[in-house]
Amino acid sequence: MERQPKRTLKSPSQLVSDWASDLSAFKVVWGKAMMWIFLLSDTFIFGSFIASYASARLAASATNSWPDPAKVFALELGGREVPLLLIAIMTVVLISSSGTMAIGVYHAYGRNKRMTALFLVITALLGLTFVSMQAFEWTHLIRDLGFRPWTNPMGAPQFGSSFFMLTGFHGLHVTIGVIYLTVVAVRVLKGVYDRGSYVGVEICGLYWHFVDLVWVFIFAFFYLF
Amino acid sequence: MEHTDHATGKGEQHQPIRIYIYVWVLLFVLSALSYLLDYFEVHPDWLRRFLITAFALIKSALIVAYFMHMRFERIGLVLAILLPPLLLMALVAIILPEGTYVSGVREFFFGR
Repeated sequence: MERQPKRTLKSPSQLVSDWASDLSAFKVVWGKAMMWIFLLSDTFIFGSFIASYASARLAASATNSWPDPAKVFALELGGREVPLLLIAIMTVVLISSSGTMAIGVYHAYGRNKRMTALFLVITALLGLTFVSMQAFEWTHLIRDLGFRPWTNPMGAPQFGSSFFMLTGFHGLHVTIGVIYLTVVAVRVLKGVYDRGSYVGVEICGLYWHFVDLVWVFIFAFFYLF
Repeated sequence: MEHTDHATGKGEQHQPIRIYIYVWVLLFVLSALSYLLDYFEVHPDWLRRFLITAFALIKSALIVAYFMHMRFERIGLVLAILLPPLLLMALVAIILPEGTYVSGVREFFFGR
């Protein structure tokens, strides 16, 4: 029996049946394609943030009032100011977490339950360390140095809004990532992926690597530039 | 079923763990180099900034290609994901003259 559409009117069911027909453009599981599309949209969000920061910093160039990040983020170590010390450690931690995530995904391909879970947990802990250091950084900047999103004692007031916007949004991503990693690790241990595929771990890995990717640009363009 | 291949990751299982370690070490080296460029305040400014940007682009390419497996995906997915971000170049092209203009206006009205 052939199924003929009864109504030619534009109805939601018609839309669904058209778009749900047996077509697929991307030959990957849907979750992976959707994660990539989400990350693409996130790329534009962070791209816009970095562009607005670039505009604010460029606008302060004639008055030469943009605070020097090397001085703002300096920490005292052994009686001497070391520039960007905490930021360098944070970068090392985040890159390490990306490496452990990659190894976790590697073990997920091999369907190795315990190793996958172990590396997911290590990744989550490194992510947690990163967020904690960022919280320390923010506390130091707000309480000790008097930085606010609308003003700061070291120069252009736009510095604060750019800084809190960029690192805050990135920190939010890391925090969500830690929760996501924990959930996936628990699902691995409960054997959810043993019944089907381990691709969920790979999708989670895509998100986590993206968080590291964003940090690469924040580190280069906000802190070092 | 074609999807089982991707679902179990059989196609990618052949990636040796070595690759991930290499990329990991490279990311550390490039980050350390970027940090040292800033630490020793390499002059001139444009050279330091050029190198920092170049290192960031190399690092991001490594992460996307190997950690996110873009090198091993089909071309349809690769183009769909990697081409659209090029539109951000348009945003940069708008932002740079705008920032320079605002800077000039501030200098004109407020002085140095």
